[in-house]
Amino acid sequence: MPDGAGKRASRHTPDAKTEAAAPLAHGPGAGDVWVFVEQHDGVAAEVSLELLGRARELADRLGVRVGAVLLGAGAAAKALAPALVAHGADVVYVALHEDLADYLAMQYATVVAGLIRRHRPQIVLYGATTTGRDLAPRVASTLRTGLTADCTDLRIGDLERKGVVTKDLLYQVRPAFGGNIIATIVTPAHLPQMATVREGVMVMPEADERRSGTIVDVAVRRGATGASSRRADDDAIVLPASDFAVRVVRRLREKKTVGLKGASVVVAGGAGVGSRDGFALVEQLAETLGGVVGASRAAVDAGWIDAEHQVGQTGVTVRPKLYVACGISGSVQHRAGMDQSARILAINRDPDAPIFSVAHYGIVGDLHKVIPMLIKAYRTRGAVGAASAAQGGA
Amino acid sequence: MSDQPDSPRPLRLIVLVKQVPDTANVTGDAMKEDGTIDRAALPAVFNPEDLNALEEALKLKDRHGGRVTVITMGPPAAVAVLRESLYRGADEVILLTDKAFAGADTLATSYALAQAIKKVGAFDLVLCGRQAIDGDTAQVGPQTAEKLGVPQITCVSRIDEVVLGAREGRRDDTAASGTARGRVVATRSVEDGFETLDSALPALLTITAEANEPRPPSVKLVMVYKHIAAEALPEYDDSYLDPDAEEAQVCMLDHAGRPVCRAKVVQWDHAAIGAERELVGLRGSPTRVKEIESVVLAQSEARMVAADETAIAELVHELIEEHILA
Repeated sequence: MPDGAGKRASRHTPDAKTEAAAPLAHGPGAGDVWVFVEQHDGVAAEVSLELLGRARELADRLGVRVGAVLLGAGAAAKALAPALVAHGADVVYVALHEDLADYLAMQYATVVAGLIRRHRPQIVLYGATTTGRDLAPRVASTLRTGLTADCTDLRIGDLERKGVVTKDLLYQVRPAFGGNIIATIVTPAHLPQMATVREGVMVMPEADERRSGTIVDVAVRRGATGASSRRADDDAIVLPASDFAVRVVRRLREKKTVGLKGASVVVAGGAGVGSRDGFALVEQLAETLGGVVGASRAAVDAGWIDAEHQVGQTGVTVRPKLYVACGISGSVQHRAGMDQSARILAINRDPDAPIFSVAHYGIVGDLHKVIPMLIKAYRTRGAVGAASAAQGGA
Repeated sequence: MSDQPDSPRPLRLIVLVKQVPDTANVTGDAMKEDGTIDRAALPAVFNPEDLNALEEALKLKDRHGGRVTVITMGPPAAVAVLRESLYRGADEVILLTDKAFAGADTLATSYALAQAIKKVGAFDLVLCGRQAIDGDTAQVGPQTAEKLGVPQITCVSRIDEVVLGAREGRRDDTAASGTARGRVVATRSVEDGFETLDSALPALLTITAEANEPRPPSVKLVMVYKHIAAEALPEYDDSYLDPDAEEAQVCMLDHAGRPVCRAKVVQWDHAAIGAERELVGLRGSPTRVKEIESVVLAQSEARMVAADETAIAELVHELIEEHILA
């Protein structure tokens, strides 16, 4: 590694006990807050836009700019740049090359790490998608810097260690240990500070078409095998031959039919559902209420339902008007994916289940009895005393 | 080790495993009075997706012939996951244990693992679980691949094919050496579908729980290994794994009738793997835990509704009135 994107400038100054996590002064862009923008066929991943919103807040707090890093091929990818500015970027680094058309770990890591070395941002954020979680660790290892996975919150704050205060570090907050603890992680002495963030955790900023920003074209080229990869007259990022060890055989894109994220009602089942047959009852309630079926990790691991339905830290984050949790005990990881729902109804046999601590309504009972009652009540539009009235009128 | 007829040479497979606290099954015994969790009270288990990685390695060995080497980093007690690996059919196991490794984050961990792999020598595939259940970071796989200078395929739900080249490869093999060593085709699960990638060997794959159902321990191998202890053997010497060698002890024949040599549990510290002290453990870790908050559950503020038809009908009525339900 050439002289490290690496270590922060000297931290142990004998007199000054306080020092700013000042951007290493190396030309324009040093110290900025960056977002790696994931795109498919010219459409940005939602999480990338959400991250631009949080990056904007962090950058404003630090008095620096927001940079967006966009890799791809062709006009469709480049056409995204103005939208990134509208969502909060001040500068968009656009690297277009036919070898970057589809995501591949090695080529993308070479370009992203190359840009970071060149411009020295202090923070780089990635979506915690399969792409972001594949790319970010590779980049972090290349740059020998820290990386925190699956953050649920990002803030700026100070760190005091052995009497030395480091100002304005990125607090990277994430659940760990199966969700039983919430850890705040910092990267005190290395740059950039990097984190992945799950989709749906940060609030999507409103696009502001009046914002202006700079678009910087980044030259990329293939390195010639064997020959010296650096030409004196160009500043292109070079993809070495060793990056071409992997090729795509096929990509099968399936349109997501689950649609959990935008659902206004989610009915989710957990371990307490007990069986695949029991899950049919959850599905029936979802269908009745016009909602979408969700699940806890336990239900997915048990094989009762596909992973696409999973809500939580290792699944989808949802914010429906109504979330019905059936037989879900409510680990922190699950709650991280649903506790922003407008209303939460929890049904559980165990009155001490943690899910009740985030619920607005709780029903302690056997879901196999409670769910049919809910279905019946909804079908009669919740007419109070509907059961007896219906019988009386028959 | 004899080769299968369709394989030009035996496969060299390395599996990275981790012993983790069983965070998936937190019982009342592990809860402290203040409602927080006593991490030390959780039982230590074989990280589930690492078992899937081991199973993929064993399946490849069954098909092509070869050697499965399992490496773990952890306290001395982590020898338990190596023993379990032997029970399932691993040929060689290595424990990286050293006080200097303590407090390692994913970067320092991947450095130590990569150093150990380099010491073992040329390999075709490194396999590990996608992520460990204590941290769920999924970072050690890709970071180890980067440290080794080999390609990675993460979140693999199926290994479609391994095509071996004739060349044995050298210790300094990298992706740049081309395809002489062979290729692997694997399918990974992504958010909106699947992608199948073809990579030159050597490569690193991270395996998900979807990939397989891990085989149970072999009763015979449990008998062979249940009392095995780790031995500090700083030099890498695998000659005892050759059934024809003087010091080899053949303990059984595998399903193809090949002799299986009794393994040792090799124990290495940071000096044995040639790791720089400044790059392992807490010192080699860029990240620091600033604060840990145990999750204490808030008092429930939920409005409790009786599990009877009248109360539930009232609740549904209210939700419709408030336009929460359509």
